[in-house]
Amino acid sequence: MPEENQNQTPPKGPIGRFLALPPDSVPKTVFVAVTLCLVASMIVSAAAVALRPLQEVNALKDKQINILQVAGIYDPSENVVEAFAAFEPQVLDLATGTFTDEFDAAAFDDRAAAGDPELSMVLTDDPAGIARQGKYATVYLLRDDAGAIDKVILPIHGYGLWSTLYGFIALEENGNDIFGLQFYEHGETPGLGAEVDNPRWKALWNGKKLADDNGDLQISVSKSAPAAGADYHIDALSGATLTTVGVHNLVNFWMGETGYKPFLDNLKAGNL
Amino acid sequence: MAQKRREMLIDPLVDNNPITLQVLGLCSALAVTSSLQVAFVMTIAVTLVTAFSSMFISMIRNHIPSSIRIIVQMVIIASLVILVDQMLKAYAFEISKTLSVFVGLIITNCIVMGRAEAFAMKNPPIDSFIDGVGNGLGYGLILMLVGVIRELLGSGSLFGVTILETVNNGGWYVPNGLLLLPPSAFFIIGLIIWAFRAWKPEQVEEREYKIQVVEAH
Repeated sequence: MPEENQNQTPPKGPIGRFLALPPDSVPKTVFVAVTLCLVASMIVSAAAVALRPLQEVNALKDKQINILQVAGIYDPSENVVEAFAAFEPQVLDLATGTFTDEFDAAAFDDRAAAGDPELSMVLTDDPAGIARQGKYATVYLLRDDAGAIDKVILPIHGYGLWSTLYGFIALEENGNDIFGLQFYEHGETPGLGAEVDNPRWKALWNGKKLADDNGDLQISVSKSAPAAGADYHIDALSGATLTTVGVHNLVNFWMGETGYKPFLDNLKAGNL
Repeated sequence: MAQKRREMLIDPLVDNNPITLQVLGLCSALAVTSSLQVAFVMTIAVTLVTAFSSMFISMIRNHIPSSIRIIVQMVIIASLVILVDQMLKAYAFEISKTLSVFVGLIITNCIVMGRAEAFAMKNPPIDSFIDGVGNGLGYGLILMLVGVIRELLGSGSLFGVTILETVNNGGWYVPNGLLLLPPSAFFIIGLIIWAFRAWKPEQVEEREYKIQVVEAH
């Protein structure tokens, strides 16, 4: 056993003498703690830095798959990048509800923009729990063969129970009928809140309406159907009350005045 | 020596299984066994972490001050878990999404800590590595057993391949929804422990106390 021999031979040099110190002595304790932390942190950060490009590719691909899925045109056998070319990305100015050419839509990073003081604002009324809202958002348009808008895919996010849920909502060309809703990133409890990923629950969104004939936002995610009727109601997830409340709030926030309302009004009026 | 190491590898599978005998690592066993694929990846991750953390801890065991030894063990285990998590995110993104928080929770899996403290602190690196592999596989064996039962009866498939066509998809099998919920793993693990101890009665623990009949006067 080489380890045991080490202790018997007289230690050589200052390093040898130091290593031969009893492990419980103060200098040795400090030395072990500092060295271990340094080595561990170097390994962890090296791995994080080296693997980041691969992870980013994965995350982008995953986001694109989610956009394809929420639009209902995902086919696992197809190449994601090619299929994704069907979408027309546009950077939307949320306040005016019109597209802007200021940024390159393919490269615009919504999340980075939401943290940039120039491109975002602090929310005072913040039901979605996001603190800062970007002034611009990348939306994806799906056009039919004639070139008219068929579906719009809008990014939404908000706080659930443990985490911010990031997702997309797909609306029909009338800007009021929901085609689908899907979250691509969240940290909710697996088996409970994470059931927002459950295909059966997601299917409930299909065919629901955002606002009633008067233009009032009626969409609700709750345990019992609201007075407005089943067209505006998505059943809550059992065992995930707070995640459900979070989803309800974030959908209402993003579909409201501070969210996509100006854009949806333009869409309905055919101003785009 | 070779004989002893083989025992170290095989012993934790049945005779000294971390779940059924030591009753450790139950939390994650409940969480990741509703589908076999996830259980399988979790098995590999825990085996790697247990083996390498035991090995590294054993390598420096003569220099670990006893006052901070638990923290030292945690630092090593946590670093390895982060490595595994980063690797999964880079090379198996889909699976890393399903495993979500559970990879991070390997840090708190008592099996990893248990082997570091009970074995690696007193034994040389190669033995500790083998002991870690053995215990990881012992954990994985139960995970896979539970996973087979839960996925087959709960969703009618194994590794995502449909075996029993469910009613929802136009088949005949009515899946047992309870088996997809975490509590079912409790029942199954309980039954497995019962079966193991019926097969090997020496695993039954002695009672810590006995109810005594006191004569009434």
